[in-house]
Amino acid sequence: MTTHLRVVAAGPSSTVQDRGRFGYQRYGVSVAGAADPLLHAAANALVGNPADAGVVEFTMMGDTLTVEGGPVRLAVAGDVPLFVDDQPVPSWTSLRLRDGETLRIGALRDGVRGCWAVEGGMALDPVLGSVATHSRSRLGGLHGGALKAGDRIPLRLAAAADRGEATLDPSLLPPRGEVIRVVLGPQDDAFTPAGIAAFLGGEYSVSHEADRMGYRLTGPVIEHARGFNITSDGIPLGAVQVPGTGQPIVLLADRQTTGGYPKIACVIGPDVAALAQKRPGDRFRFRAVTVAEAQAIHAQHRAVMDGLPGLLRAAGGFALYDSERLLGFNLIGGAVTGWE
Amino acid sequence: MSVTSPSPPSLSPRLLVAGDGALIVELGEGIAPALNAAVHRLDRRIADAGLPGVVETVPTYRSVLVQYDPGQTDPDRLGPALLDLARDLARASREPQRRWIVPVCFGGAHGEDLDDVARRAGLTTDEVVALHCAADYRVYMLGFSPGFAYLGGLPEALHQPRRENPRMVTPAGSVMQGGAQAAISPIAMPSGWHLLGRTPVKTFELRRAQPFLLAPGDRIRFSSISVVEYDRLAAHDGLLPDQETVTEGAEA
Repeated sequence: MTTHLRVVAAGPSSTVQDRGRFGYQRYGVSVAGAADPLLHAAANALVGNPADAGVVEFTMMGDTLTVEGGPVRLAVAGDVPLFVDDQPVPSWTSLRLRDGETLRIGALRDGVRGCWAVEGGMALDPVLGSVATHSRSRLGGLHGGALKAGDRIPLRLAAAADRGEATLDPSLLPPRGEVIRVVLGPQDDAFTPAGIAAFLGGEYSVSHEADRMGYRLTGPVIEHARGFNITSDGIPLGAVQVPGTGQPIVLLADRQTTGGYPKIACVIGPDVAALAQKRPGDRFRFRAVTVAEAQAIHAQHRAVMDGLPGLLRAAGGFALYDSERLLGFNLIGGAVTGWE
Repeated sequence: MSVTSPSPPSLSPRLLVAGDGALIVELGEGIAPALNAAVHRLDRRIADAGLPGVVETVPTYRSVLVQYDPGQTDPDRLGPALLDLARDLARASREPQRRWIVPVCFGGAHGEDLDDVARRAGLTTDEVVALHCAADYRVYMLGFSPGFAYLGGLPEALHQPRRENPRMVTPAGSVMQGGAQAAISPIAMPSGWHLLGRTPVKTFELRRAQPFLLAPGDRIRFSSISVVEYDRLAAHDGLLPDQETVTEGAEA
């Protein structure tokens, strides 16, 4: 009999995500994929999955899941309260749940998105090479959209082995920067010097129009040099497009493949996730870096991502329900230096 | 914006930086068949070259977005290689191209805006349909949504601004026009384009070995079918349109 997770209650926007759907942007298919690749990789590492396996990315608040069959090993990456049958348990730590047990994932204390992974992964058929959900075009995931109450998610593994659990100290992960770094271009020449100065000098805040497709920002108006229409071209991840209002929109994982507004800059890879974790009302500044600087930062992040399994520790030193120690980890972010 | 010149373009390839994981090779400005043909030639050359670190390319009207793995390459290595591939693109070799004959049921419930389009153009609906069926459309690019094909080649008599009130949903298979372009939209989507008709051909079908029927660079010719014929063809699950071969460079 197939083991399932039954969705008792779904978060406001929980979708299956992996690293994204590549190779089909030329056909108009969005990449999608985890908005915060580090959390995606961490959730997978905690349950011993390959780094690119599908997980569920939840937004602001997580899901409530009941095990049907099992046991099932699960882990949640994100600073979020968790309860197994109303007993608090730690996040950033794998858990083994038995048939009939219910995990409730609460509201994120920090950031916008968290991920949960299950050992062995979900038994979902990839669509165009990926299980990533792109809700706007109803592709991938469970049924092309967000999880909803009543869904039953089939799992690949019938029963998770009884072995030690793993934990990850999130303070070892690179902190999310306050400043969002960009590389200017591809169409920075479509803006006046004053427009570029406003973009790099001013403070922007995340508006309420912010989702996996893009973040509309509010702040100093960015002046175009000659209109705001270009012949539509390709949109890379993190592109900052500026429509006629002069207010920038940063395009994220679910972005459309092509567009006709000039792009003043692109947010560097590692900072796209930092931006996607900002909430409406959060304020920040942009800073321009060179491609070489961006690639050095990228390499640092990649080293952490690739080294995640090596950061895991046995979670045996404390009882399952003694969450104090682990929750404490979340309060000492920034204790580890070495990150710019 | 719309420069429709039948002469070969004078290309001046430009390399644009698009973050730490992409470069754009821009061949020119505007929407023109010869410029777009050069884009698709470059796109094929990039695919054939197998440059290290290249993840995916997105050919558009006048440029190719090249996404790369920043762990494997950088603009200093990739940029010159791309510019090298972009040399002599205007010298069109006569490459064979696919042309699909796409059946369309124009007007009525299948194309709610046909009457309005005809009225604004000062033509009868039959004349509008005849113009659409005589046009030799080019798939300039696919974008916006899965399989959405931007078609260039709309006769000038039919150029009209988009709808003031975009529709929240247009039916799957809609054949539409907006501005100087036409489009085939395989999935239900919001759109401000004018609905001319519907095709029973599924240009995007996940259950098919080749989910996307149309590729950037393909040619399209519409053929008008009746409602009865539409219903008969729509019931045919694996329907593929007729195909011809045309020679690239013929428009130059």
